[in-house]
Amino acid sequence: MPKMNLSHFEAAMLFSLFTSVVLGVVTKRTDRERIEYGAYTFVCFVAALFGIGWLMYLGHR
Amino acid sequence: MANEKELSQPMPPLGAWAPAVALGWLIPGGGHFLLKRSGRGILLLLAVSGMFLCGLMMRGAMFTPQSGDLLTTLINTGGFIGDVFSGILYLLSAWLGYNQPDQAGAVHDYGTKFLVTAGLLNILAMVDAYEIAARRKE
Repeated sequence: MPKMNLSHFEAAMLFSLFTSVVLGVVTKRTDRERIEYGAYTFVCFVAALFGIGWLMYLGHR
Repeated sequence: MANEKELSQPMPPLGAWAPAVALGWLIPGGGHFLLKRSGRGILLLLAVSGMFLCGLMMRGAMFTPQSGDLLTTLINTGGFIGDVFSGILYLLSAWLGYNQPDQAGAVHDYGTKFLVTAGLLNILAMVDAYEIAARRKE
Protein backbone atom coordinates (compact mmCIF):
# COMPACT_ATOMS: atom_id res chain seq x y z
CA MET A 1 0.00 0.00 0.00
CA PRO A 2 1.62 3.30 -1.05
CA LYS A 3 2.04 5.92 1.61
CA MET A 4 0.25 9.24 1.25
CA ASN A 5 1.82 12.33 2.72
CA LEU A 6 -0.59 15.23 2.56
CA SER A 7 -0.50 18.71 4.02
CA HIS A 8 -3.23 19.82 6.43
CA PHE A 9 -4.87 21.73 3.60
CA GLU A 10 -4.86 18.81 1.16
CA ALA A 11 -6.17 16.36 3.76
CA ALA A 12 -8.94 18.75 4.81
CA MET A 13 -9.94 19.35 1.17
CA LEU A 14 -10.11 15.59 0.52
CA PHE A 15 -12.16 15.12 3.68
CA SER A 16 -14.52 17.91 2.57
CA LEU A 17 -14.93 16.42 -0.88
CA PHE A 18 -15.80 12.88 0.24
CA THR A 19 -18.09 14.07 3.03
CA SER A 20 -19.93 16.54 0.78
CA VAL A 21 -20.59 13.84 -1.82
CA VAL A 22 -22.19 11.54 0.76
CA LEU A 23 -24.16 14.34 2.44
CA GLY A 24 -25.44 15.48 -0.95
CA VAL A 25 -26.46 11.96 -1.99
CA VAL A 26 -28.27 10.95 1.20
CA THR A 27 -29.90 14.19 2.28
CA LYS A 28 -32.15 15.48 -0.48
CA ARG A 29 -34.89 14.05 -2.67
CA THR A 30 -34.16 15.19 -6.23
CA ASP A 31 -30.91 15.06 -8.18
CA ARG A 32 -30.83 18.83 -8.58
CA GLU A 33 -31.25 19.35 -4.82
CA ARG A 34 -28.55 16.75 -4.17
CA ILE A 35 -26.03 18.50 -6.42
CA GLU A 36 -26.84 21.89 -4.92
CA TYR A 37 -26.61 20.60 -1.34
CA GLY A 38 -23.37 18.73 -2.03
CA ALA A 39 -21.84 21.88 -3.52
CA TYR A 40 -23.19 23.97 -0.63
CA THR A 41 -21.68 21.69 2.04
CA PHE A 42 -18.35 21.62 0.18
CA VAL A 43 -18.27 25.44 0.05
CA CYS A 44 -19.15 25.55 3.77
CA PHE A 45 -16.30 23.16 4.59
CA VAL A 46 -13.83 25.24 2.56
CA ALA A 47 -15.08 28.51 4.06
CA ALA A 48 -14.69 27.04 7.57
CA LEU A 49 -11.23 25.77 6.64
CA PHE A 50 -10.04 29.21 5.54
CA GLY A 51 -11.89 31.01 8.36
CA ILE A 52 -10.46 28.82 11.11
CA GLY A 53 -7.06 28.88 9.41
CA TRP A 54 -6.98 32.66 9.49
CA LEU A 55 -8.23 32.70 13.11
CA MET A 56 -5.38 30.41 14.15
CA TYR A 57 -2.87 32.49 12.18
CA LEU A 58 -4.04 35.75 13.77
CA GLY A 59 -4.29 34.12 17.20
CA HIS A 60 -0.63 33.11 17.04
CA ARG A 61 0.75 36.50 15.93
CA MET B 1 -36.12 16.16 8.66
CA ALA B 2 -38.95 13.77 9.39
CA ASN B 3 -42.37 15.37 9.55
CA GLU B 4 -45.34 14.20 11.65
CA LYS B 5 -46.74 12.08 8.84
CA GLU B 6 -43.45 10.20 8.49
CA LEU B 7 -43.18 9.70 12.25
CA SER B 8 -46.64 8.15 12.41
CA GLN B 9 -45.87 5.62 9.66
CA PRO B 10 -45.65 2.04 10.92
CA MET B 11 -42.33 0.21 10.83
CA PRO B 12 -42.04 -1.62 7.49
CA PRO B 13 -41.55 -5.41 7.58
CA LEU B 14 -38.01 -6.56 8.27
CA GLY B 15 -37.76 -8.40 4.95
CA ALA B 16 -38.39 -5.17 3.04
CA TRP B 17 -35.38 -3.26 4.33
CA ALA B 18 -32.97 -5.64 6.10
CA PRO B 19 -31.28 -6.99 2.93
CA ALA B 20 -30.63 -3.47 1.61
CA VAL B 21 -29.29 -2.26 4.96
CA ALA B 22 -27.13 -5.37 5.44
CA LEU B 23 -25.71 -5.18 1.93
CA GLY B 24 -25.19 -1.44 2.45
CA TRP B 25 -23.09 -2.22 5.51
CA LEU B 26 -21.04 -4.91 3.77
CA ILE B 27 -20.45 -2.97 0.55
CA PRO B 28 -20.73 0.83 0.74
CA GLY B 29 -23.55 1.81 -1.64
CA GLY B 30 -24.58 -1.85 -1.98
CA GLY B 31 -28.04 -1.19 -0.58
CA HIS B 32 -28.60 1.42 -3.26
CA PHE B 33 -27.47 -1.02 -5.96
CA LEU B 34 -29.94 -3.61 -4.61
CA LEU B 35 -32.71 -1.00 -4.72
CA LYS B 36 -31.77 -0.06 -8.30
CA ARG B 37 -30.34 3.36 -7.42
CA SER B 38 -27.06 2.63 -9.19
CA GLY B 39 -25.98 6.24 -9.74
CA ARG B 40 -26.20 7.08 -6.07
CA GLY B 41 -24.70 3.69 -5.19
CA ILE B 42 -21.61 4.41 -7.31
CA LEU B 43 -21.14 7.83 -5.70
CA LEU B 44 -21.44 6.35 -2.21
CA LEU B 45 -19.08 3.50 -3.08
CA LEU B 46 -16.47 5.90 -4.45
CA ALA B 47 -16.77 8.38 -1.59
CA VAL B 48 -16.73 5.89 1.29
CA SER B 49 -14.07 3.64 -0.28
CA GLY B 50 -11.99 6.67 -1.26
CA MET B 51 -12.14 8.00 2.28
CA PHE B 52 -11.19 4.61 3.73
CA LEU B 53 -8.33 4.01 1.27
CA CYS B 54 -6.92 7.49 1.88
CA GLY B 55 -7.05 6.69 5.61
CA LEU B 56 -5.08 3.50 5.01
CA MET B 57 -2.53 5.29 2.82
CA MET B 58 -2.08 7.92 5.51
CA ARG B 59 -1.37 5.01 7.89
CA GLY B 60 -4.26 5.82 10.19
CA ALA B 61 -4.79 3.64 13.23
CA MET B 62 -7.77 1.33 13.72
CA PHE B 63 -9.53 1.53 17.07
CA THR B 64 -10.05 -1.49 19.31
CA PRO B 65 -12.52 -1.45 22.22
CA GLN B 66 -10.76 -0.63 25.46
CA SER B 67 -12.02 -0.24 28.96
CA GLY B 68 -10.67 2.22 31.48
CA ASP B 69 -11.90 5.68 32.31
CA LEU B 70 -15.07 6.93 30.64
CA LEU B 71 -13.32 9.02 27.99
CA THR B 72 -11.01 6.18 26.93
CA THR B 73 -13.95 3.78 26.70
CA LEU B 74 -16.06 6.26 24.71
CA ILE B 75 -13.32 7.19 22.25
CA ASN B 76 -12.09 3.68 21.60
CA THR B 77 -15.50 2.00 21.46
CA GLY B 78 -16.95 4.80 19.32
CA GLY B 79 -13.93 4.68 17.02
CA PHE B 80 -14.18 0.90 16.76
CA ILE B 81 -17.88 1.14 15.82
CA GLY B 82 -16.99 3.76 13.19
CA ASP B 83 -14.28 1.50 11.76
CA VAL B 84 -16.51 -1.60 11.68
CA PHE B 85 -19.26 0.20 9.78
CA SER B 86 -16.97 0.44 6.76
CA GLY B 87 -18.01 -3.17 6.16
CA ILE B 88 -15.90 -5.24 3.83
CA LEU B 89 -13.20 -2.56 3.71
CA TYR B 90 -12.63 -2.97 7.44
CA LEU B 91 -12.95 -6.76 7.34
CA LEU B 92 -10.47 -7.06 4.47
CA SER B 93 -7.90 -4.75 6.00
CA ALA B 94 -8.15 -6.58 9.36
CA TRP B 95 -7.94 -9.95 7.58
CA LEU B 96 -4.90 -8.84 5.57
CA GLY B 97 -3.18 -7.84 8.79
CA TYR B 98 -3.37 -4.05 8.72
CA ASN B 99 -2.28 -3.10 12.20
CA GLN B 100 -0.92 0.42 12.32
CA PRO B 101 0.02 1.56 15.81
CA ASP B 102 -1.23 4.97 16.89
CA GLN B 103 1.61 7.42 16.18
CA ALA B 104 2.14 11.10 16.71
CA GLY B 105 1.88 13.16 13.54
CA ALA B 106 -0.73 15.13 11.65
CA VAL B 107 -0.94 12.77 8.67
CA HIS B 108 -1.43 9.67 10.86
CA ASP B 109 -4.04 11.52 12.85
CA TYR B 110 -5.90 12.57 9.70
CA GLY B 111 -5.70 8.94 8.53
CA THR B 112 -7.33 7.71 11.74
CA LYS B 113 -10.12 10.25 11.32
CA PHE B 114 -10.57 9.30 7.66
CA LEU B 115 -10.97 5.62 8.62
CA VAL B 116 -13.60 6.36 11.26
CA THR B 117 -15.44 8.90 9.12
CA ALA B 118 -15.69 6.42 6.24
CA GLY B 119 -17.69 4.15 8.56
CA LEU B 120 -19.83 7.01 9.82
CA LEU B 121 -20.62 8.09 6.25
CA ASN B 122 -21.55 4.50 5.47
CA ILE B 123 -24.05 4.61 8.36
CA LEU B 124 -25.69 7.60 6.62
CA ALA B 125 -25.79 5.59 3.38
CA MET B 126 -27.39 2.66 5.23
CA VAL B 127 -30.06 4.94 6.71
CA ASP B 128 -30.74 6.30 3.22
CA ALA B 129 -31.06 2.73 1.89
CA TYR B 130 -33.50 1.98 4.72
CA GLU B 131 -35.65 5.01 3.84
CA ILE B 132 -35.71 4.03 0.17
CA ALA B 133 -36.59 0.40 1.00
CA ALA B 134 -39.32 1.58 3.37
CA ARG B 135 -40.71 3.80 0.57
CA ARG B 136 -40.23 6.95 2.59
CA LYS B 137 -37.97 8.34 -0.09
CA GLU B 138 -37.45 7.85 -3.83
